[in-house]
Amino acid sequence: MSRIVAKFTRTVPEWCPRVVPVTLEEATEEQLDALKVTPSNTRVSDYVLTLAHDVESLKVRSPLFNAIMYDTGGMSRAERELGAIGASMVNHCIYCAAVHADRHAQLEKNTDVTDRLFRDGAKAELTPRNRAIFDFALALSECPSQADETHIAALRAEGVTETEILDLVLSVALFGWANRLMHVLGDPVRPEN
Amino acid sequence: MSLFESTVLSAAGVVPGGEAAAAAETRANIFDMTRIAEDAVLRPRDTGPWSHPLRAALAARIARLNGENALAEHHMAAAGDFAALADPADDGASRGCGAVIAFMDKVAARTRDVQVRDITALQSAGIADADIVRLAELNAFLAYQLRVIAGLRLMRTGG
Repeated sequence: MSRIVAKFTRTVPEWCPRVVPVTLEEATEEQLDALKVTPSNTRVSDYVLTLAHDVESLKVRSPLFNAIMYDTGGMSRAERELGAIGASMVNHCIYCAAVHADRHAQLEKNTDVTDRLFRDGAKAELTPRNRAIFDFALALSECPSQADETHIAALRAEGVTETEILDLVLSVALFGWANRLMHVLGDPVRPEN
Repeated sequence: MSLFESTVLSAAGVVPGGEAAAAAETRANIFDMTRIAEDAVLRPRDTGPWSHPLRAALAARIARLNGENALAEHHMAAAGDFAALADPADDGASRGCGAVIAFMDKVAARTRDVQVRDITALQSAGIADADIVRLAELNAFLAYQLRVIAGLRLMRTGG
């Protein structure tokens, strides 16, 4: 048995799909290619197997995801992760928030920021630069976006460059996408003892 | 197609020159992949039951729910016979797609409130699991596309 995780956590839960994933036995050639299944690699997550139902989207999103989160230059990886966490908190995507809080803590070699965010919520005390980044992430993630000139001015006042602002826009927007897959198509779960 | 002719940069009004344009040029690969993603999600080879014009209408609807009118117009141009569904006041019932419209609106605008019963409602309406994933991908891509536009526009005009 497992229970659904309802609170934000940095301990990454499992992800249980709400639809039946593709099975490797029934997968098409195109799906197997997108899943990178080889005779020596037949382990594929339920998440990827679920998204393989729409293989054309899956194939284009993975390289886009990697470029936005990992390409060199511009905003630091940890600050891009902070954008991802902001989006995931607005959309209440427990799974994405956990994965990217864990990654943020690893990159920073420090759990303080994510401890505060998950303990105190969006209004947690942050450094002024992190505050500007996080507030922009929250505002841009609303529907419609609540981001405005004051958010951009706050970022610039903290020395965030235009290239860094663009990277932040991209990471927050990307998690608008990812959250609508992970939070919609499955549940974050933890096995019960 | 030049960088600045892509959907997101043109909808955001970013033209060559200026700091937003210079920043965009450093991430030209990402804007190229964003254009490729629009093709894959809006105009896939395997559409399932969601034709290209229906996808365009749903995309225009989501853009309107977000107040992104330039993006809504871009997608409306391809909506054909489904154009009426781009109006957020149309609940889709008259075309037999009320469950799809209710799901798309909730995922777009009230993401945090989505629960398993929103998926079972689609399954009860006879929609296959693969086609539910296709709807979620369309919705999710739009969430990305319209936020990139909103952010770029602020970079161009804000502060």
